[in-house]
Amino acid sequence: MKLDKGFADTKKTEVPAVASRAGANRRLAWLLALVAAGFLGFGFALVPLYNTFCHLTGFNGATGTAAAALTPVDRTRWVTVEFTGMVMPGLPWKFRPAQRRVRVHPGETAIARYYATNLGDRTFDGRAIMSVSPEVAATHFEKIECFCFHQEALEPGQTREFSVEFFVTPGLPKYVTTMTLSYAFFPSVERGDDRSQPRS
Amino acid sequence: MSSVSAYVNEHEHEHDHKPRGLARWLFTTNHKDIGILYMLFGVTFFLVGGLFAELIRAQLIHPANHVLTPELYNQAITLHGLVMVFAALMPVTAGFANYVIPLMIGAPDMALPRLNNWGFWLLPPAAVVLVFPGILQLFGVGNGPIDTGWTIYAPLSVRSGLGVDFAIFAIVLLGASSLMASINIIVTIFNMRAPGVTMMKLPLFAWSWLITAFLLIAVFPALIAGGLMLLTDRHFGTHFFSAAGGGDPVLWEHLFWFFGHPEVYILLLPTAGLLSHILSAFARKPIFGYRAQVYAYWTIGVLSVIVWAHHMFTSGMPIAGQLYFMYSTMAISIPVTVLFICWLGTIWRGALSFETPMLFALGYIGLFGIGGLTGLTLADAVADQQYHNSYYLVAHFHYTLFGGPIMGVMAAAYFYLPKITGHMYSERAGRWHFWLCIIGFNLTFIPQFLAGIAGAERRVVDYPIQFAGFHMASSIGAFILGAAQLLLVYNIVVAWRGRTEPASARVWEGAQGLEFTLPSPPPYHTFAERPAVV
Repeated sequence: MKLDKGFADTKKTEVPAVASRAGANRRLAWLLALVAAGFLGFGFALVPLYNTFCHLTGFNGATGTAAAALTPVDRTRWVTVEFTGMVMPGLPWKFRPAQRRVRVHPGETAIARYYATNLGDRTFDGRAIMSVSPEVAATHFEKIECFCFHQEALEPGQTREFSVEFFVTPGLPKYVTTMTLSYAFFPSVERGDDRSQPRS
Repeated sequence: MSSVSAYVNEHEHEHDHKPRGLARWLFTTNHKDIGILYMLFGVTFFLVGGLFAELIRAQLIHPANHVLTPELYNQAITLHGLVMVFAALMPVTAGFANYVIPLMIGAPDMALPRLNNWGFWLLPPAAVVLVFPGILQLFGVGNGPIDTGWTIYAPLSVRSGLGVDFAIFAIVLLGASSLMASINIIVTIFNMRAPGVTMMKLPLFAWSWLITAFLLIAVFPALIAGGLMLLTDRHFGTHFFSAAGGGDPVLWEHLFWFFGHPEVYILLLPTAGLLSHILSAFARKPIFGYRAQVYAYWTIGVLSVIVWAHHMFTSGMPIAGQLYFMYSTMAISIPVTVLFICWLGTIWRGALSFETPMLFALGYIGLFGIGGLTGLTLADAVADQQYHNSYYLVAHFHYTLFGGPIMGVMAAAYFYLPKITGHMYSERAGRWHFWLCIIGFNLTFIPQFLAGIAGAERRVVDYPIQFAGFHMASSIGAFILGAAQLLLVYNIVVAWRGRTEPASARVWEGAQGLEFTLPSPPPYHTFAERPAVV
């Protein structure tokens, strides 16, 4: 009895219900497609978001740059900065730090040097990408001048000295007594790649 | 649902005419036809993906073996992963959604039938595009299909051969197909429910697919975006993933796993929903903890998009990041445990019988349980450093992805096969299938846990001689597991040919739900007039 009554009701409204339902279906489908397109945009937006996030947090060892060391020098403690360097595939260079480590006070400006030799038979352009570990130290490492700001070229057989001028900010947590600065030399992706605003 | 009454109209059978031949399948907008197409496509590629797995195990059966060249081995592991995830499991769960959800909620069809047709027919071209470089290689063009591993990590994928380009195109097609299917399922569930089917009366399978569809819409576009960036990196001089040009290869990992981790739940959730129905049917008890399960799906869905970087503990992440991703990952075990308790509560003191679907359902609980527990050790950021690149991880994700989704799909396949075809499968062959699966699967992957703890590296074409015993056992297990799947094919054929005992409308004594009020097989058009659900 109850069942029949229910059906009598739905039958009456069936024709207009189908038409309005098709419209409602289409509207909801387009809305969901729009949401999907929004998430596609979010995927692309992750690129700048991720870079900003790395610089704010030192994620991936991304470091900062400073025009000059204006911070007061904290002479009450020492920080050991160690250096390593490596060459990525495709660049026939030899690349090594001139010193394994330097000891500095936080806030004190220091210069470290690297040597690079082109072992290839033609001129190669390289670009150094640096990172600092531990990551917590990365946001406290500031470069004033660095060869990683520019693309570098070496003639066949040529050896050059590269230098980085840097300081460690006094805000570095007390428990960090040693940090490692690592450069990876990549084959430059295009000639004339010389941006004044470095990434790291 | 306390009581379900369906109304099968007399003249529904008059509408039961359908086009014949190939045209029926090419142009169909019928949800049952499309569901069947999805399922057959999925089973076919389950066998193809399995063939790649057997090739891998054939290579690894002895140390210093030469069944495959290292290049072919890399292609085989990549295609095994991509095919199983995108061409086997996702289509099969979409097939069940298409076939069963409209029946469960009393809808005459999916909300957008033509979109549904398009969604399915994007799959075969995608599959062809994925393996096409293998054919090109036969004619001396390029160096074969994608060989980077299914994660397509940069910078390897930026430098690798043209197989990567084809794989990206395939993923974009698959993504478009999945998005269409997801949109269709959401619209169907929101707009097409029969009167009386309120959201909190929705069958759990429909709920689980609803969450899955939302997840797909949220995360698949990120993978497509990443794929397009990779494509422009490879051909148009951009440097999204190249450190030398100011990009970052780790960014790819973030994009990939932002998709990739929810993907695990995209594969898992639909089968978790089906599992509840199957356990309830064979325990002859109502589903235990319906609300708790719905809330658990939601919690899993939300948590799954904020834990992705636990796949990247070894990529050099700050301690704070590791801690966050460790604890958030471990938090997922809470809603998953809720599901386990509900499943066990459903069968607790039930009048159990052990037909093939129930065997697979119980196997799901056991194997997926092991997958979940071993996942907890991997979620530990400290332990992960040791296990991440070992066979321990390989065994873990096979326990979660085979033990969960594939066992669930098997259970559902046997559960619905008589409903779909109208005839019973061979119960004897089904039981053999189950026991060979359990023996073969555990023999394959328990040794991989042990080898992983002992330090065996994954992904590598060869291994040190001390792991020979583990690998031998693992290969034998994989051959048993692979051969067992032929019994599934046999059973599908047996039920399809229809010479066995016809299935009743209810099929199983304890089966509940609107779909079991229809005859087996259901007429071509069902619920043209809406059923009343009280």
